[in-house]
Parts: sequence; C-alpha cells; structure tokens
Amino acid sequence: MAEMIATRVAYGRALARLGAQRGDVVVLDADLSKSTMTHEFAKAYPERFVQMGIAEQDMMGTAAGLAAAGKVAYASTFAMFAAGRAYDQVRNSICYSNLNVKICATHAGLTVGEDGGSHQCLEDIALMRVIPNMKVFVPSDAVLTEWLVRQVADVSGPVYVRLGRPAVPVIYHPEQRFELGKAVTLREGSDVAIVACGVMVARALDAADILAQQGISARVLDMFSIKPIDAEAIDGAAAHCGAIVTAEEHSVIGGLGGAVAEAVTSGICVPVERVGVNDRFGKSGKPDQLMEVYGLTAKAVAEAAMRAIARKR
Amino acid sequence: MPRVILRSHEELEEAARRIRKHIIRMTGSAGSGHPGGSLSAADIVTVLYMNEMNYRPEEPDWPGRDRFVLSKGHAAPVLYAALAEAGFFPVDDLLTLRQWGSHLQGHPDMRSTPGVEMSTGSLGQGLSAACGMAIAAKIDGQPWRVYALVGDGEMQEGQIWEAAMTAAHRRLDNLVTFIDHNGLQIDGTCEEVKSMRNPGARFAAFGWHVMEIDGHSIPQIMDALAKARQVKGAPTCIVARTVKGKGVSFMENQVGWHGTAPKADQVEQALRELDEAGAGEGGGN
Repeated sequence: MAEMIATRVAYGRALARLGAQRGDVVVLDADLSKSTMTHEFAKAYPERFVQMGIAEQDMMGTAAGLAAAGKVAYASTFAMFAAGRAYDQVRNSICYSNLNVKICATHAGLTVGEDGGSHQCLEDIALMRVIPNMKVFVPSDAVLTEWLVRQVADVSGPVYVRLGRPAVPVIYHPEQRFELGKAVTLREGSDVAIVACGVMVARALDAADILAQQGISARVLDMFSIKPIDAEAIDGAAAHCGAIVTAEEHSVIGGLGGAVAEAVTSGICVPVERVGVNDRFGKSGKPDQLMEVYGLTAKAVAEAAMRAIARKR
Repeated sequence: MPRVILRSHEELEEAARRIRKHIIRMTGSAGSGHPGGSLSAADIVTVLYMNEMNYRPEEPDWPGRDRFVLSKGHAAPVLYAALAEAGFFPVDDLLTLRQWGSHLQGHPDMRSTPGVEMSTGSLGQGLSAACGMAIAAKIDGQPWRVYALVGDGEMQEGQIWEAAMTAAHRRLDNLVTFIDHNGLQIDGTCEEVKSMRNPGARFAAFGWHVMEIDGHSIPQIMDALAKARQVKGAPTCIVARTVKGKGVSFMENQVGWHGTAPKADQVEQALRELDEAGAGEGGGN
C-alpha cells in the first residue's frame, strides 16, 4: 500500500522550505491558510506572509503589485475562488502583464467532498489555460508537488498549480526527475494510451492493470503539465497506440481532455475518449463516493479505453 | 534625459496646461479615448510627476523609484502626457495613441510603455496592486512611496473597498490615494448612477487618514502631499474635488465627454482656450 499524502500538504511543506532558500518569496492567503497549508510558511516567515482576509480579488491584485515590485508571490485559496471569483484580476492584473505570481489553488474538483457543488471547482483548468502567459500544472502526488512548487519559482510569469484536499497515493520515488512541459511515462503500452492528471493518475495505473488482465496493453502518461502541453508525448502515444483516453477530475469540456483533443487534431488524428465530469455540477458526499457516482474510477477509464480501441480504424 | 523638478506654482500650472494640451491633441489624433477624466486629473498627475515623485526617466526600472498606479486606467492620456513631459519617451510619441504598433495602448500597459508601473483598465484593480507595491516596500524596509489615483465612479467596484481594508489593516503609510471626485460617470452623474456621496467619510471609516482639497489647486495638491508624508501608521486618501473636462469650456461637467474624442475644430478651440488661460495667468508656452 502506497503512502498517502495530500498534494496540499506537500505544497505547505515545500513552500516553507522554499522560504528558507529564497528571500524574494512572499505568500498570500485569503483566510484559508490552515486548509491550503500556507500556515507553515506563515509561522516560519511571518514578515513575508500577507494575510488578505476573505478577499480573493484583492489578493490577486496585491500579489500582482508585490510581483511588480520584484517579489515572487505565491497566492493560495480554494480553486473555486482563485480561478472563478478572481478571474478578471488573474487575467488583467497578473497575466496581461506577465507578472511573477504563482497561484497555488487547493481543494480542486469533486474530492472537496462534503462541502458540495458550490466549492467543487470543475472548470479551473479550462479557465486558467485559456489566458495568454499563464502556465497550468496539475500534480498527481506529493513528490511531484514538492518539485513543482520549487520549480515554478524559477519560471518567469504567472503559473496556476492545481492541488487537492484528500490524501492521495505517493506515485513517485523521491529521486524521480521531472521536466516542465514533459509528461511522465509511467507505463509503456501499445494498444491504447491513458493520459491523466492529478488524482486520476493513480486510477489510470489501476485501469492499466484492469486492461492488462484482458490482454490489452495500455501506456500511462502523467500529463501534469497541461500548459505547456507535451504535444510530442501525445503524438508518440497516437502513433504508437492508435487511441487515447484522457482522465481528469474536471469537466470534460476545456480541461486536460480538451487540451489533448486540440493537440491530437493538430497532430496525429486518433480516437480520443474523455473521462471527466460530464458537464454537471458536483454535490455533497464522501470524496470516493463522488468519484464513483461521477464515473471517475479505474473501471470507467478502462471502459473508455475499450471504446477508444473499438473506434480505431 | 535627466529628471526635471518644477518647484514654483507657476511652472507647475504651466506644465499642467501643457499636459492638458497633449490630452486634447492625443485624443483628437486617435479619434477615440477619454478626455474628460484625463483633464480632471491633470493637475494631480502633474504635481506627482513634476514635483512630488522620485524617479529616473533614463532608468524606468530603478528599484528606488516612487510608483504611481493609475487605477482609473481609461485616463491613460493624462499618464502618457506626464510620462512624456517627464522624459520617459519623446513627446512626439503621444500622437500615436491607440494606433496599431504604438507603445501607447488604449489603457495603460506596463509591458508596452516605459514608466507605466501597472497595467490597468478593468476598473477597481489598481488600488490592490498599489497596496502590493507598498507592502513590498515595507517588507524590504525601503523608503520609496506609492501613489494611486482612483475615480469616484470606480469606487462602485467592490475591490476598491477590499483594498481600502488591506491598506488600513496593514498601516500602509507609504501609500497615498487620490480620489478624482469629478462626480460624473458614463451613464450620468455618480449621484444618479449609484451615489458615492462623501467618499472621504467612507475612507475615514475604513481607517484612512483623509484630506479634502480642490483638485485643481496646485498649492493645495502640494500641501496635501507634504502633509501625507507626515502621516504615520495609516494610508492617506486625498479626496480631490475636480471638474470633468477641466480647462476646456465645452467639455467641463459634460457627461458626454467621458469617452468621446474631440473633432479637429474642437481640438483647435480647446487648444486656443488653454493657451488663452495660460496667457491670462501670465504663463504661456
């Protein structure tokens, strides 16, 4: 059984360590620091922590001002409020000027659980990736999250990192090497490729196991870098496997599935099946229960793989 | 080009007239833009760039500079005119306003124009950015100051009040915000559209140090800025009573001149009026 760590917990740890390494890092939060885990940084570096209160629009604007004055500003709140409530501020105050603001949004997707549909942001990948200058990353585990949080400090310009609430399996060895813009091939395969991000990566690996039992060889890619997307890896998957399944804890419209479909239509055209939330709002429930009800399971991914294979010409 | 500092009221009044003339020529040449709210802010922006603020036009990114954020970004012409007068770029560039290929975008773009500190235009956002800059100066223990200009109509945006809370809560005494209180917005008077009566009392209630002045009086603007430097532990709000379209008879207090450019004959008349006002006050060009 893999160790279980929430990506937001890994974020909090990495951010506190980054604070020691870089004096130009400042952190902003909107009254959720104990949930987003920025409170660890706040405790260690109170002079560089800016508590904004429940004011996400002001937080994004203040982060823009800090960045304009030379700081690397990490701004955190729930995904719903970062990408939804403060959209115009993210676009006009941060991205339009290509400012060094790293939006690390937690509690994304259905796995928020009991808080319900108002808090389960299923649109943020779509909203963020469409803005020029913005880069979008969705880490699948704690190891990748810690690497990303350090790495994006060196990226020039705005970044959106999507993090989750519940503990998720650790997938990577601590020594694993990553590269921004490059997918990680977690499993080689030749009949179908599963391109996943976030919490769906672990389920994609389970789906590959299910498919293997039926004699189907599935490649599994962790497409944590949604923008820039790894078009080369998608082309490789299309050329080698001939069919693709995407899997994300997000609307099937405009997120990873959308990005992969766009890449496929400008590259090697193969069938693409998208697993995600089918243009619906979330509801209250336990995280695993919701993932089941909304069809975000290993079984659903394996079934989508069969459909994709059946569509091969 | 070295920094020019104007100290006498007469010199500053003359500079404000030059800036008003630039605004008229620029918007006339562009065929679009926002002359009314640019003219109402001309005296404030003139004092900031020609007297109050510390900066190096030859080194726009000098870290020790004071920052100005034009939160009411549609008044870009007054900012561009001041930056040109201050030597950040040639005055001739002003006539390229809003044209394809020009560094002078319809609303301020910090990545296009030397001297622009923050991209603005979507109303309500500039004051937050100004707070962020002031917080950065505090974190680093730097003495540079931050100035913002907010429109009275703009105060209808909720984010202004979020930022007002932030500045007071964090005791940003290195931040001065002017309210360009000209009383007009696109659909009518602020009073009709959504009353923003007594903005000073509102800011005072949020914990700001508030002063009210005639926003067209150079001595009063200078005096308020000097007093703001003495304020400790709170941000300063200077409510500047202004006249939209100030200095051009047919534009003054006319709602219609918010976002309409003057035609050629109107440009001529406006420039003539501004010249005559200058001559009348013993100024000139």
